[in-house]
Amino acid sequence: MATIPAVSIANIARVAGALRQRAKLLQGAPLLAVFILTVLVVAAIFADLLAPHHPEIPVKGAKILAPPFWMEGGSASTPLGTDYQGRDVLSRIIFGTRVSLIVGITGTLVAGSIGAILGITAGYLGKWFDQVIMRVTDAWMAMPALIFAIFLAAMLGPSMWNIVIALGVVYWTNYARLIRGEVLSLREREFVKLAEVAGASKLRIMVRHILPNVMSTIMVLASLTVGVVIIAEAALSFLGLGVPPPQPAWGLMLAEARATLIVGKWWLTVFPGLCIVLVVLASQLFGDWLRVRMDPQLRNR
Amino acid sequence: MSTPLLRVSDLRTYFISFRGQRVVKAVDGVSFTLEQGETLGLVGESGCGKTTTCHSIFRVLPPAGQIIGGSIELEGEDLLTKSPGEMRGIRGRDIAMILQDPMASLDPLFTISDQVSEPAYFHRGLRRRALKERVTELLHAVRIPSPAIRMREYPHQMSGGMRQRIVGAIALAGGPKLIVADEPTTNLDVTIQLQYLNLLRDLQKETGVALIFVTHNLGIVAKMCDKVAVMYAGKIVEQGSVREIYNSPEHPYTEALLKSIPRLGDKAPLYVIPGQPPDLASLPPGCAFYPRCPHVMERCIAEEPEDVSFANGHPAKCWLPFSSRTSDLVSGEPDLQQDKARPSR
Amino acid sequence: MADYLLEARELKKYFPVTSGLLGRMKGWVKAVDDVSFGIGHGETLGLVGESGCGKTTTAKLVLAQEEATAGSIQFQGREINTLHGKDLMEYRKSVQVVFQDPYSSLSPRLRVGEIIAEPLEIHTRLSRQAIRARVGEVLELVGLQPDAARLFPHEFSGGQRQRIAIARALATSAQLVVLDEPVSALDVSIRAHILSLLEDLQRALGVSYLFIGHDLAAVAHISHRIAVMYLGKIVEMAESLELCNNPMHPYTQALFAASLPSHPDDKKEEIVLMGEVPSALNPPSGCRFHPRCPQAMPHCSGEEPVLKETAPNHWVACYLY
Repeated sequence: MATIPAVSIANIARVAGALRQRAKLLQGAPLLAVFILTVLVVAAIFADLLAPHHPEIPVKGAKILAPPFWMEGGSASTPLGTDYQGRDVLSRIIFGTRVSLIVGITGTLVAGSIGAILGITAGYLGKWFDQVIMRVTDAWMAMPALIFAIFLAAMLGPSMWNIVIALGVVYWTNYARLIRGEVLSLREREFVKLAEVAGASKLRIMVRHILPNVMSTIMVLASLTVGVVIIAEAALSFLGLGVPPPQPAWGLMLAEARATLIVGKWWLTVFPGLCIVLVVLASQLFGDWLRVRMDPQLRNR
Repeated sequence: MSTPLLRVSDLRTYFISFRGQRVVKAVDGVSFTLEQGETLGLVGESGCGKTTTCHSIFRVLPPAGQIIGGSIELEGEDLLTKSPGEMRGIRGRDIAMILQDPMASLDPLFTISDQVSEPAYFHRGLRRRALKERVTELLHAVRIPSPAIRMREYPHQMSGGMRQRIVGAIALAGGPKLIVADEPTTNLDVTIQLQYLNLLRDLQKETGVALIFVTHNLGIVAKMCDKVAVMYAGKIVEQGSVREIYNSPEHPYTEALLKSIPRLGDKAPLYVIPGQPPDLASLPPGCAFYPRCPHVMERCIAEEPEDVSFANGHPAKCWLPFSSRTSDLVSGEPDLQQDKARPSR
Repeated sequence: MADYLLEARELKKYFPVTSGLLGRMKGWVKAVDDVSFGIGHGETLGLVGESGCGKTTTAKLVLAQEEATAGSIQFQGREINTLHGKDLMEYRKSVQVVFQDPYSSLSPRLRVGEIIAEPLEIHTRLSRQAIRARVGEVLELVGLQPDAARLFPHEFSGGQRQRIAIARALATSAQLVVLDEPVSALDVSIRAHILSLLEDLQRALGVSYLFIGHDLAAVAHISHRIAVMYLGKIVEMAESLELCNNPMHPYTQALFAASLPSHPDDKKEEIVLMGEVPSALNPPSGCRFHPRCPQAMPHCSGEEPVLKETAPNHWVACYLY
């Protein structure tokens, strides 16, 4: 019986040690960016617990209310005010993090996967693979990203997953370019030659040797892309091509509030807009820091 | 005795990083002298501090490297007291350096003539025809055929051996009294290396320049050097004339190094030094070599050895140097019985 | 000839040189030109020469990384050039390599255990446990702890990394290991470790080595026989001790003279070669060494000399003999 607590203590110690190691990795990270991103993730996961009201049901007895809640016309129960349907802005924003996060992350995953596969194949296999893939990439990049996304979204129809696919399909080109360049130099390194001599298949080399060594580039690019994808999603939502209402999304909130701006209901556009700005900023800052962090580490090794 | 050309006394260079939390004692109390026209071999493996010692002499250390103490006297004047401007006047003119990789030492965008003339231009004030003649003279001295044509070429048009000779010409251009060569032949083919070493020796005879050879190749030392200083973990553990070192090495590390090198035509098994070179950031309190020493005693673990000199010659930092041992190192077996019976010094 | 593990006969590898947009043929770089040698079971053949002599290309040919332009390489009696598919995989299982630079030859993002296991995963159908056991076995064989398998290459020193590379080469019980300058990038005291280790492993496992190097003393120490290469040709080949005591070809003599003395009083006969190694694109006529040879005779620039057995088991390509 006494062994059970002993084992679990050992396990806890091991997990704590691993966490401390992970925490050391984040040493020197831009605190503001990490803070914002953490808040985003927490809000998305625990939205049900955090939001004071239901995002899609009007608050009882409320009409359009204005913040700040301590002034006349405001109410403490809706600190950021309500929209023209009486729905609480704060709650909508909190629930809106879900859309942003999901679309942002999965869209980046799709873009990253497509780009990485094409980049690695083009870089390692070379010859006509390389030529074909690179020409396709060039052509793809010639199209303006957002407009292409709009086109695809319009074609596929409004739904969260269609948006993810559309955005992923638009934004993979940067990955392909960058990764192909790195693979070209990795390919000549001795450990790749060693694997070739040992008889490893091309697929094996690409997956086991090349991919892990471009992971850091992929991660850096990914953290930068998340911001871009979130903005793209907001733009799509604004144009009505994004996630269909009544699910709250920041871009959608902006679209709905467009008309009311003239009437002076500033809080309906400022707060969602501010959120978009903050999240994108955080993602860029984090991505920049990650890029610098990755580089000297490689040099140390 | 006249003033030696170079006298390094108790030089300490530490690399301090992470806001003082990590101190690497790269050079820890190094002292040696060099007379005019002499050749010194600074021998040791990677991480022993030989390159940092040279960078300290030239005062070209990276920002993390700081000279904590000691003095470096060039013809009696302490280089550590010189201002940056004064050092710039000394580097290239009185002291010059030859590095390992000639491709990295030469600027790919400038002609050979531009690069060789630079020290003569800045330090000796030569211009136009005098400058061109000096460049031709130097290229002749380093045995570059058809210097008039080669002068106008670029580094990438030449072979490795030739590039290294150009580097030698640049080093000579300012008329230095001391040239430090840091592994100058490591990247060269063996027969080219022989050409190059002979060239350096001939140049030394002609110009009387003193040489410091920084190397881990004991063959170069045997061929080129008058005296030798063996470095380990930032200290000179043994120094003396080249014959003294080869005939009667005192320090176990020197002995071990000499025995671990394969000799032509000798198939006897090589002596293998156990263990790894130490981490300079966390050195043990006693002798830095003790974890790998076949003659280690209790004293070695606790106390750092000082220089011990003998009747026949040269100092070594060891509590049990060869002269005080009666056993032979042929088999490389530790002679523990012997150690226990010895009275401590 | 005795029963060789690997035998190369009249091996040639020419690289085409093209110029211009249309890729017009300018000539051939004759990297390896009519080279023949054999490696016995449990034997080490040393390949010595300077840059441009063709030893690296020879290694690539033996490893089937390049296809020979002409000539043959037979491994256990079978021709390598015609192998593909399963037979080629069998060959790769039996012939492995250790490269010069321990810092770039191990995959940086894989654990040591995974690196060593790779040939096993490719060539055998062993279970995960069996592979792990074998990895532990070879790690101990090279003097490392079995739990080193969990660590990454960058946590090891240069000498230890070379041991890992050697362990990997031996994992599939290879019969021939090509060692391409395996100790040149290591510190002097570590070289003795690795050379001793290689010799011990050869005694214990009976593996053959093709040892390529430029340090004559190290090559002579570990090799049973040595072949001296110059500009794509073998100019001399003999048993190691015989070569050291009686170098016949002027180039070999120059190499010996150039390998530095082991003692300051060791006065060697100085043979300083003039000039540089000529380009392999346009090798000199006749004996390729004649422009730099201190003992060149008029007819050396005529026809190329062939390898002749001038002393028992001692072959030289030179008109002096």
